[in-house]
Amino acid sequence: MIAEDSVLLRIGLVKVVEMAGFEVAAEAGDAQGLLAAVEEHRPDLAVVDVRMPPGFTDEGVRAALAIRQKWPGTAVLMLSQYVEERYAADLLATNTSGVGYLLKQRVADVEEFIEALRRVAVGGTALDPQVVAQLLVRRASDPLERLTAREREVLALMAEGRSNAGIAAQLVVSESAVAKHINNILAKLDLPKADADHRRVLAVLHFLGVGG
Amino acid sequence: MTVPPRLRRALIRMRRDLAFVAAGVPLHLVPALLFWWAISLLTDTVNGVSSEAPVELIAPLTLLVIAGYGFTEAQRWRFRAICGVELPRLRFTEGKRQLGYNWLVGPLLGVLELLLLALLLTALVAALVLVWVWLVPPQWRRGHPGYTVPGAYLTVLGLVALAAVPGLAAGLVRLEILVGRAVLGVSRSEELARRVEDLTESRAGAVDAADAERRRIERDLHDGAQQRLVSLALNLGLAKATLTDLPPEAREVIDAAHREAKDAIEELNHLVRGLHPAVLDELGLDAALSGLAARAPLPVRLRVDLPAELPQRTAPAVEAVAYFVVSEALTNVAKHAREATRAEVTVTRLGEILRVVIADDGMGGADPAKGSGLKGLAQRVRSVDGTFRMSSPVGGPTMMSVELPCPM
Repeated sequence: MIAEDSVLLRIGLVKVVEMAGFEVAAEAGDAQGLLAAVEEHRPDLAVVDVRMPPGFTDEGVRAALAIRQKWPGTAVLMLSQYVEERYAADLLATNTSGVGYLLKQRVADVEEFIEALRRVAVGGTALDPQVVAQLLVRRASDPLERLTAREREVLALMAEGRSNAGIAAQLVVSESAVAKHINNILAKLDLPKADADHRRVLAVLHFLGVGG
Repeated sequence: MTVPPRLRRALIRMRRDLAFVAAGVPLHLVPALLFWWAISLLTDTVNGVSSEAPVELIAPLTLLVIAGYGFTEAQRWRFRAICGVELPRLRFTEGKRQLGYNWLVGPLLGVLELLLLALLLTALVAALVLVWVWLVPPQWRRGHPGYTVPGAYLTVLGLVALAAVPGLAAGLVRLEILVGRAVLGVSRSEELARRVEDLTESRAGAVDAADAERRRIERDLHDGAQQRLVSLALNLGLAKATLTDLPPEAREVIDAAHREAKDAIEELNHLVRGLHPAVLDELGLDAALSGLAARAPLPVRLRVDLPAELPQRTAPAVEAVAYFVVSEALTNVAKHAREATRAEVTVTRLGEILRVVIADDGMGGADPAKGSGLKGLAQRVRSVDGTFRMSSPVGGPTMMSVELPCPM
């Protein structure tokens, strides 16, 4: 399920999504069309643009929230031109599993985008690094200042929804080093230990003040 | 027949003066008649001559009040259209001056105008006496032998009077302009006050127009160029991912194009954000600033304290300036204050003032007189009557404080 008002980009998105092994059930050009299509097809995943006709403001976000409420089985990946933290926070406040918020330009990195698609489709989280950075700025309170620079990086990647292996690959360190950092972070931030990937994100987001 | 230019000019001038004078007659005398009507009705009322007089009195009085304004407007038109003299538009509250002009000075001027026109008419009649006398029945001429001599005198007198008319008309026009300016015009300080008012208004309009223009450009870029670039980058990414059996040269070219496209998107995003971020319109200053803080290359602590119980959001122009100030300041910190390790942005609303303070722990030494960025920033703050203060001693720290008025 793809909702994007720019036709050019929609065609490209369809290609990528099909490449990732998904089947595109429907395409929509506005929020109403999106909701009608979700109602009809009940897709596993909806890729939604934030700014869509008629108002070109936050139609996509509102539609996404409606989808998350009515059809919790449908994962939603938002695409936005800019980081709009409040939108991301709105979206994450309901439920962090099966939710993604990426900048449009990330679509260009096809492999990473496909990975994010898969992660969200199976109930994971994919947050844009810029969204995470913005959330960190917002909640820049004292406990965060106790973190080292490396721990901060790891925290950001955690909040994006990556697994230990993903973080290790990104930072070019061993997985055990990542695990150690994470333990330190969770301890410093007084977060309960959790094993599943997205519950960890949940904890982080809760700390950042958006999750519930 | 060619008319010498000097004469033509004089004729045009005379025609204009006479038109001005002629237009003045009804405009000056009708109010006087109304006035007289009202006075006579009033005396009737006082003397108890007629029982209807008090009721009838309402008519001229109403006309006087309404016409007072209308006549002033008509006079403004007369001065502007015929003489090119611009009188300021008087406010309704300045009725005293309008009444003074229309009821006291006006009738006197009207009498002068009437006298001048009468003189012109008499002079014309007198100058042409030998012409029109041929039109009267021949018996009359025969009954008045020797009429040609007084007729000739009359002609000469008429010509002399006619010659005096242009000068008199010009003099009367000058007098009228003088009186009009004195009574209907405004004093120097009033004029200045009015000018300031006009300028403030037009500047606010210009600021709003510039703001709207930025918004329009932002929308155009967002809905056009940015989408296309993203789609281009996406297609290049797809090509990279799918065409695995390409020769290394072709791969490199696609790689480079892909990178370029992504960089272009990034640059365009920066540009658009500098113009007017959409998120500012949709979610307000708080959200827009946190985006700025997140993108800054150094840690920024942001505190936005806008009381939620405010009746309305800050004016868009003021929000845009506040955003611009923070954006520029953080760019400056990143660009110039290399030693800075952190920055702090505080936005508070104190009644009718929005205060934005940006501080960093860099080495200082920023001088608003030198940097064009800082100058532009100060200018934009002044465009909404804000104040801009900066303290940046060499050695640091730097602190910039901007106060923007936001009247409720």
